[in-house]
Amino acid sequence: MRYAMAIDTAKCVGCGDCVVACQTENNVPVGYCRDWIVENVSGSYPNVEIELRSERCNHCDNAPCVRCCPTGASHIVEGGIVKVTHNECIGCGACIESCPYDARYSHPDGYVDKCTFCDHRLAKGQSTACVSVCPTSCLYFGDLEDPNSEVSKALKNRSWKVLAPEAGTKPQLYFLT
Amino acid sequence: MKEELFVSGRHIPNIDPYLSIWHWEIPVYLFLGGLAAGIMFFAGLFLVLGREKEMETTVKRAPFLVPFALVLGLLALFLDLKHQLYFWRLYTTIRIESPMSWGAWTLMLITPLSIVWAAGYIKEAIPGWDWRFGILKQFEALVIKYRKHLAWAMMGLSLILGVYTGILLSAFNARPLWNTSILGPLFLVSGLSTGLALTMWMSKSHSERKLLSKIDIVLIGVELFLIIHLLMGFLAAGMVQVEAAQLFLGGEFTVSFWVFVIIMGLAFPVTLEILELFGYKIPIWIPSLLILFGGLMFRMIMVEAGQITRFLY
Repeated sequence: MRYAMAIDTAKCVGCGDCVVACQTENNVPVGYCRDWIVENVSGSYPNVEIELRSERCNHCDNAPCVRCCPTGASHIVEGGIVKVTHNECIGCGACIESCPYDARYSHPDGYVDKCTFCDHRLAKGQSTACVSVCPTSCLYFGDLEDPNSEVSKALKNRSWKVLAPEAGTKPQLYFLT
Repeated sequence: MKEELFVSGRHIPNIDPYLSIWHWEIPVYLFLGGLAAGIMFFAGLFLVLGREKEMETTVKRAPFLVPFALVLGLLALFLDLKHQLYFWRLYTTIRIESPMSWGAWTLMLITPLSIVWAAGYIKEAIPGWDWRFGILKQFEALVIKYRKHLAWAMMGLSLILGVYTGILLSAFNARPLWNTSILGPLFLVSGLSTGLALTMWMSKSHSERKLLSKIDIVLIGVELFLIIHLLMGFLAAGMVQVEAAQLFLGGEFTVSFWVFVIIMGLAFPVTLEILELFGYKIPIWIPSLLILFGGLMFRMIMVEAGQITRFLY
């Protein structure tokens, strides 16, 4: 099993519903977030293009945050989800420094927090909070090893890219272009 | 083509707009670790060479400062932790891939060793010192008997500690300014040099100072050479690394890096040391203090500037 997410940058309108849904579902403290929207504007007037991306932890196959963690608090669970065990985390900040996507933050309670791909919802057979609320259905989630999963089907028919592949982390968020 | 990025819904403290998770605590810890490594390495070296009589300050006096430096460094590290009550988790596991785990365990070994080493010389430093308890006296006799073995262990561990202070940063591939293998040797050499500077400052023997100063001149030469290679390597690498080097070559850290680190911390004190060798009278505290200051500034600047550099996408 290899969980992954595909984000259709052509369908995303940048409404931020995924951000709010995540904050509500996961009790993210005010002022923090586990997912966010990037607006990438390129070109010069009148030839301007905009790309909207809903970003979050890439749940990398080669996760630098897991490698550098001195206590083993950062770890990978089934399906390749990168998680943090709160009462093993000492809050040293090494994983935050190691993430090329700045996907982790220091929770006001001290430990490091991040996207969990809503594994508590997956366990109940539900999809992640961000996917379930997306009004344009531009987020696809599922098992990459299953050819009939939403994410596999989305990647099959479209061209896609990953962010900062040169960082060598083998990220698992695929942006449909 | 012009490109602009907006990130909405994100103003996370210490992460946006620039990463600033590590503040003064980490550079101070790296500085004190390097300093301790420097003092211990030369203490061990001159004992193994059988020159503890002429190099009294290096072998017997300066190591008294090491336990204090290490404990203060560890205190700084502890202050940096955001989940402090769980710090003991460092010692319930050994993570081979994590430099911080290596550092934690190295410090666990080297701190007691530095205390034992200093304790072995306390009678010479404070005449009339009495250990009071028989077991402590027996332990002291043991330390004196196996001093050469301790010296070898101390040299090995201090090299690991010195290199570790650099590898701690260089292991982060996400921060292009740190992600260079030259940082390990560079921080080691810088740490050894600051250790020598403090030892020289403490020494009252002219011949001891002269020898230490000669070693220090070589080390500073190597350090300058490594810094040039660091910048050359960046400029010859990918875009993110070129941009990292630009921080020191016209960017926002240019003045602090060249004035505080290169000129005040390395070039000027090494010139003073060379002049001293040619017979000019120069108060030893001037080059020593400058080298220590330069070493601290170097780590402050590297830690702060490194966090700004990142992959672009």
